Amino acid sequence: MSLAVTTQIICFSVLSLIIIVGALGVILLESIVYSAFLLGGVFMSVAGLYLLLNASFVAAAQVLVYVGAVNVLIIFAIMLVNKKEDLKPIDNLKSRTIISTSICLTLLSLLIRVDLSNIWGIADPNMTVGEESTIRIGEHLFSDYLLPFEVASVLLLMAMIGAIVLARRDVMNKDISTGLPVDQELIEKTREPLLIKKN
Amino acid sequence: MNLESIPLQAFLIVSSILFCIGIWGLLNSRNAVRVLMSIELMLNAVNINLMSFSSYIDNNLIQGQVFTIFVITVAAAEAAVGLAILLSLYRNRVTVDMESFNLLKW
Repeated sequence: MSLAVTTQIICFSVLSLIIIVGALGVILLESIVYSAFLLGGVFMSVAGLYLLLNASFVAAAQVLVYVGAVNVLIIFAIMLVNKKEDLKPIDNLKSRTIISTSICLTLLSLLIRVDLSNIWGIADPNMTVGEESTIRIGEHLFSDYLLPFEVASVLLLMAMIGAIVLARRDVMNKDISTGLPVDQELIEKTREPLLIKKN
Repeated sequence: MNLESIPLQAFLIVSSILFCIGIWGLLNSRNAVRVLMSIELMLNAVNINLMSFSSYIDNNLIQGQVFTIFVITVAAAEAAVGLAILLSLYRNRVTVDMESFNLLKW
């Protein structure tokens, strides 16, 4: 597969534009649902960048895992916790925003300075594995990265069990603090929220 | 396809901007779901960095792509656990406002 130079530059510019504008939309838009869908767009564009970098397997993994799993999970979480609420005003919000923005801009300028001033040891482009990258990744995963690969499976199992335990409600018959029996009704039934200050 | 047309620095600058946007969102969001989205943005910025280095500097061994796959795995686990924690917080405090999660504040 070989794309013309102009096509590559156009693809790169469009994808980066979508990534940056989409990411700004994710953090700045008022509605959290729009943010979630824009986040899906950002993930798809990042997968496009991976395709541009000759990594079709990682691009496919990005689409499957991020767009197919993480984004759907986020949308489900929004659906479960979506309640219109008036946020309490907090004092010195303005100074907080100014400080955090200046920190981010400083970090951005430092990063861009390093990006531009460092001399990167670019490898010979003729050595590239190109379309064989999937085969090469498989070889890595089953030889020198075998231990991380196996540990990742344990990590996923732990994350799955942990998520189930955390998201599940009322696994005990009796309340630990009061000793009263706990209602085992439907999850959506309203009940007295815990840990809220009574004043 | 050789990538001489696009310099490596272009990819690095895009990922730097994405990372800083993620940090800004992490610091300034009031909604806990948006904080998790910002973390995903930062992880994606790191992935772009790893992928571009693997393509330009280590284009024969492509260890950066293997690292990216591990980062994607950990990010998926992180999202699942993070959203479960968020659900149980919401169940106990009936809000997703980050300012109201102050149990550990003294």
